[in-house]
Amino acid sequence: MTIATIDTLPTAVPAELARGRGGGGPAPKRTVVAYGFWIFILSDIVMFSGLFAAYAVLSGNTAGGPTGSELFNLRNVFIETMCLLFSSYTCGLGALSAERRQAGRFLIFAALTFVLGAAFLFIEASEFAGMVEKGAGPSRSGFLSGFFTLVGTHGVHVTSGLIWLIYLVAQVVAKGLRPAVLRRLLCWSLFWHALDIVWVGVFTLVYLMGDFR
Amino acid sequence: MDGHDHVFDDRTPGVEEHEPTASILSYTAGLGLAILATIGSFVVSQTNLLWPPGIPVGLVVLAFAQIGVHLVFFLHLGSGPDNTNNILALAFGVLIVFLVITGSVWIIANLNANMMPM
Repeated sequence: MTIATIDTLPTAVPAELARGRGGGGPAPKRTVVAYGFWIFILSDIVMFSGLFAAYAVLSGNTAGGPTGSELFNLRNVFIETMCLLFSSYTCGLGALSAERRQAGRFLIFAALTFVLGAAFLFIEASEFAGMVEKGAGPSRSGFLSGFFTLVGTHGVHVTSGLIWLIYLVAQVVAKGLRPAVLRRLLCWSLFWHALDIVWVGVFTLVYLMGDFR
Repeated sequence: MDGHDHVFDDRTPGVEEHEPTASILSYTAGLGLAILATIGSFVVSQTNLLWPPGIPVGLVVLAFAQIGVHLVFFLHLGSGPDNTNNILALAFGVLIVFLVITGSVWIIANLNANMMPM
């Protein structure tokens, strides 16, 4: 470590310039808002951890019914994963365009994000419908109750994210990219990236571990 | 509030504030790495590339790697002093998640092992 980097350590920061850490007044509003939303996202992930634990505990209890490897179609799961990944990417690029006040580019990326999220939901809904049709609904076994609760809760989050996105696009069109709208967009993009992180846990624990067993 | 003082502020979660040109690159690199990790997970689970009893461990490692990629490249969490609050909140969340999941699995496995034979 050189002398120059030591100078950038927090101890070298004059107290009156370190806003939000005791000197220089409160942190900027968007930092406070996004930090609060970050805490909410972490609590949401803690809620998901309960559902993950329930699924992990119940996944062997098929009660003579179908097992995961008989029900899951990994090709669809891979397409779903790619939809969410690319929608996280377009969401990030959309957030960047919004920060740079490029409303047109933002709307294009928001539309792409919406289409990818809707494609994910469509595949998931048809998977659920197919399973219920085969008699493998949530009431068939403990394994399926845990499966529908965990994956369904994630799907409900994606649905509410899409509704929230429509609402925000309407605000951008009606009010423009002013600071309050930008703060809401920032919270929404945190939410959307967090859903992708939860999905990594879902496809690993539920689909991949369930299928090779 | 002149031009340079915000450099010392806490980092806003989810924003790459100080290098706007680096951000598209950061999202693209994150996308590429996440796709690699995803394909890796699917290949590992469907082939015998890994020693079969080691497949769950391999999948968990790949999942953690991908979550790390998402946190760093999409949510822009870093190790700098401006990120301390965000990282501490995350660390507390990870602790609770770890306690809930391993605690539940451990307790229920014990209960199952001690069940009376049916």
